[in-house]
Amino acid sequence: MQYHSPGSFEDAVAIAGAASGTTRFLAGGTDVLVQLRADIVTPDTLIDVKKIEGVRSITREADGDWRIGIAVSGAEMSEHPELGADWPGLVEAMDLVGSTQIQGRATLTGNLCNASPAADSVPAMFAAGVIASVTGPQGTRQVPVTEIPTGPGKTSLKPGELISALHVPARGARGGDAYLRFIPRTEMDIAVVGCAVNLRLDGDTISEARVSLGAVAPTALLVPEAAEALIGTTLDEAALEALATAAADACKPIDDKRGTVKFRTHVAGVLAKRAARIAYDRARARA
Amino acid sequence: MALDEYKPQTGKAMLEGEGRSFKQVGTSPDRPDGVDKVTGRARFGADVTAPGMLHAAIVRSPHAHARILKIDTSAAEALDGVKAVVTRADFATGLTGEMWNILENVMADKTALYDGHAVAAVAATSALIARDAAKLVKVEYEVLPHVTDVDAAMATGAPVIREGAADASVPPGLHPNVVRYHESGRGDVEAGFAEADLVIEDHFRTEATHQGYIEPHACLAQMGGDGKGELWCCTQGHWNVQKICAALLGTEQSALRVTASEIGGGFGGKTTVFIEPVALALSRKTSRPVKLVMSRSEVFRATGPTASTSMDVKVGMKKDGTITAMQGTFRLQGGAFPGAPADMTAMCAFAPYNVANLKQVGYDVMSNRPKQAAYRAPGSPMAAFATESVIDELCNQLGLDPIEVRLKNASREGTRASYGPKFQRIGLVETLEAAKAHPHYSAPLKPGQGRGVSCGFWFNFGGETSVSLALSEDGSAQLMVGTPDIGGSRASMALMAAEELGIPYENVRVTIADTASLGYNEVSHGSRVTYASGLATIQAARDAVRKLCGRAAAKWGIPEDAVKWENGCAVPSGPNAGDFDPLPIAEITASMGATGGPIVGHFEATPEGAGVSFATHIVDAEVDPETGKTAVVRYTVVQDAGKAIHPTYVEGQFQGGAAQGIGWALNEEYIYGEDGRLQNAVFLDYRIPVASDLPMIDTVIVEVPNPGHPYGVRGVGETSICPPLAAIANAVSAAAGVRLHELPMSPPRILEALERQRGG
Repeated sequence: MQYHSPGSFEDAVAIAGAASGTTRFLAGGTDVLVQLRADIVTPDTLIDVKKIEGVRSITREADGDWRIGIAVSGAEMSEHPELGADWPGLVEAMDLVGSTQIQGRATLTGNLCNASPAADSVPAMFAAGVIASVTGPQGTRQVPVTEIPTGPGKTSLKPGELISALHVPARGARGGDAYLRFIPRTEMDIAVVGCAVNLRLDGDTISEARVSLGAVAPTALLVPEAAEALIGTTLDEAALEALATAAADACKPIDDKRGTVKFRTHVAGVLAKRAARIAYDRARARA
Repeated sequence: MALDEYKPQTGKAMLEGEGRSFKQVGTSPDRPDGVDKVTGRARFGADVTAPGMLHAAIVRSPHAHARILKIDTSAAEALDGVKAVVTRADFATGLTGEMWNILENVMADKTALYDGHAVAAVAATSALIARDAAKLVKVEYEVLPHVTDVDAAMATGAPVIREGAADASVPPGLHPNVVRYHESGRGDVEAGFAEADLVIEDHFRTEATHQGYIEPHACLAQMGGDGKGELWCCTQGHWNVQKICAALLGTEQSALRVTASEIGGGFGGKTTVFIEPVALALSRKTSRPVKLVMSRSEVFRATGPTASTSMDVKVGMKKDGTITAMQGTFRLQGGAFPGAPADMTAMCAFAPYNVANLKQVGYDVMSNRPKQAAYRAPGSPMAAFATESVIDELCNQLGLDPIEVRLKNASREGTRASYGPKFQRIGLVETLEAAKAHPHYSAPLKPGQGRGVSCGFWFNFGGETSVSLALSEDGSAQLMVGTPDIGGSRASMALMAAEELGIPYENVRVTIADTASLGYNEVSHGSRVTYASGLATIQAARDAVRKLCGRAAAKWGIPEDAVKWENGCAVPSGPNAGDFDPLPIAEITASMGATGGPIVGHFEATPEGAGVSFATHIVDAEVDPETGKTAVVRYTVVQDAGKAIHPTYVEGQFQGGAAQGIGWALNEEYIYGEDGRLQNAVFLDYRIPVASDLPMIDTVIVEVPNPGHPYGVRGVGETSICPPLAAIANAVSAAAGVRLHELPMSPPRILEALERQRGG
């Protein structure tokens, strides 16, 4: 195994392009190192991206967008004075990952690229409409995060490509998001179902909405039918029921040690309603 | 454990501990090993190294049941850094009985019996090389049909794990996987049920759970070609390790010196061996020290969880709450070997109650799972789950208060126990009265919450015990005990020795001696340590005190019996003995070399008055009807400790039992796939409770002295896990409005029960 710690994305891309066998990018290492020790993935090339300039910073751009460096830890997101005020659902989703110790290492980009269907931050990113900068031999392109995961452990990133930054849209007025997950315990667990809701109000009426589910399909899902159930409503009971039905209908889960098809499908609807209520209240509280 | 290990109490009726005013016993000083543990100085199983040490790794079966056709070790042996590979051929032959079972479990012979069963092991110059080499050992298997469920394993046509494994207790006509049978009872249960106003019979199931100790098994072994060796390991009982390893390696017991490391939890799971003989065999083959450390996944797959169960319990009750008859059938799956504690389950099931008509039947069933090991009151928590659920349902349907009903039927001093002997002094009624009076029992519940109550019982145990207490020249004391400290026992031992000697607690250093330094000590199990090692410590201290008094008598020129011991000093026993100033311990020990030599107190015995223990738990649970998720919102443990030597650590045992019970009741389970492989062999998916899952667990220490101990001590470590499964199930059933019959009461299972009730 070869270990590299390049100082720029260009160098990282060059090393990845020249590598053969299995390559892994190392940021927090909370998946890569665990998989290495468990004999799940033994990389031939390990490229540590933490030394690249700017990867540890959270920046608000001039247009209000948030740029989150690829080695920013969950704890740094949670402790940021303003990010959580704009995107509480996204920050809370990331904060649900692992323990306090894990939060000191784990990154939003890593959570996305590990491509677990149950990753907590991913539905929150889908709902928020996060865009990824993907850097490769041909330069950098912008890709919606919804297009990154393609299946359990699989992404659309090509060999030699890596994510160089994540961009969270400007929050704007009357917007709110929320993420909830179901686990049988209170913490230190993997989502059996996850659901993120991001919406915007016009008065008390929902004018825009995005609903995303986790752990109910091979990748996190963006569920337009669930969003449509909310748009144009004031989140009355009928809207919530329609939302729950749309969310449950979108589920394509599996039976496994963490939950059954029936349970996941049912709970997806329950969580969608609960997350929508929180997002709605947050949006109303925001001028 | 055999039935005859649990002899009825034989202690004298006079309770010397009762009414005694203690100076140190009953206080809660910091544990002597506390600083070592919080600073990292304490050495656990994996913390020792030796010059020239090799690292070992075990090759394990990926199949639940498979014939081993061929093991090719050549590629592994050819790897640079590999020093030896061992298979079953490197162990003793001709073993019988339980020693054969243990060897077969430690290293498979012709058949792999469960997913994770060891089939070979390698030693290499680094842990990484050993791991790589283990992957190079080529094992050819012929996969056989498997069975992992207890009911399926008993059914006609189930794959036979091993022909001829059943003993003479098993009636003819049962499947060969049924290897032990227990039946006991009294009276006429049919007549009893006929007397009842309401009879309820229900079927219950519990899944296997692991003790979940934080420290995986680890050892360092050194053995020469001369058969002499040293072993350092984390264990609950190193004399037992010595005995087993000597047998499995074919050497004399005294040739092997075993030292117990600090232990990061055991709960019964470290009362046997899994890796120690393998490390010794590799060391013998290489003449190098060999370290072997299990991964968490190996711990789950290949050490001993508790048995899973299928149970039927039937109870008859009169309208006034009188229980007329109790009947239970308890089927326990204990893996691919005999030993599931079906007899314990049967004997504990109805022990809290004084009922004329009883029948209990137990089946010990083999399946393709790892060999079960003891887990905190083995067999009793499951029994209580079934029995106390049925009693709860009877109380509900008859409109009776659950504590009043239990009080009405409670076993008391003189009651003939469901398992045979007459109870001596016991504290069940006192725990029920204390539970009834506790503010928790009358506190209002919020909507969506339910309250559950359960009693629980455990025998407790004595066992071989040997203790030595050596006095230093400055009057401080060095106490050597042979029972690994799994629950703060060094603090309790130091308190008891200090109490008897009249010296400060801090002046007693307690050491867990190795097997070459004391007589045989039974394993730290059966809640026996504070009872048996405590009793031995008190007697060893009294032996030392007699010798101290003798030195004072010689100095004063008066008879030995004219000297007594008070507050750490020898004093004349009365006005006629003479007028001498008190002679402090330090003055006697300062000159002991010139007055007869070192002063050492001893005690060796097999105490049999362990004193059974009862508990009553109260639990409030809240169930989310939309997701089936349960939160335990309030928990109170009331338990008879006999006499609490160190009350804080007694409370710790109470709380620990409740915490493990919450995990067992709600989320912990062994999940097997269709292929018979364990699906959740990591803590991420084997869901023990995390700290935030637990409420503050309130405790009430009841003290009804045990006649068999000088201070009245009863073991407290195990009884605390007997009531939780039932108490939580009763609370959850009350909160959800539907009876739960199967553990764990996971969210999908609760949701299904709710749906069935709604007719969905």
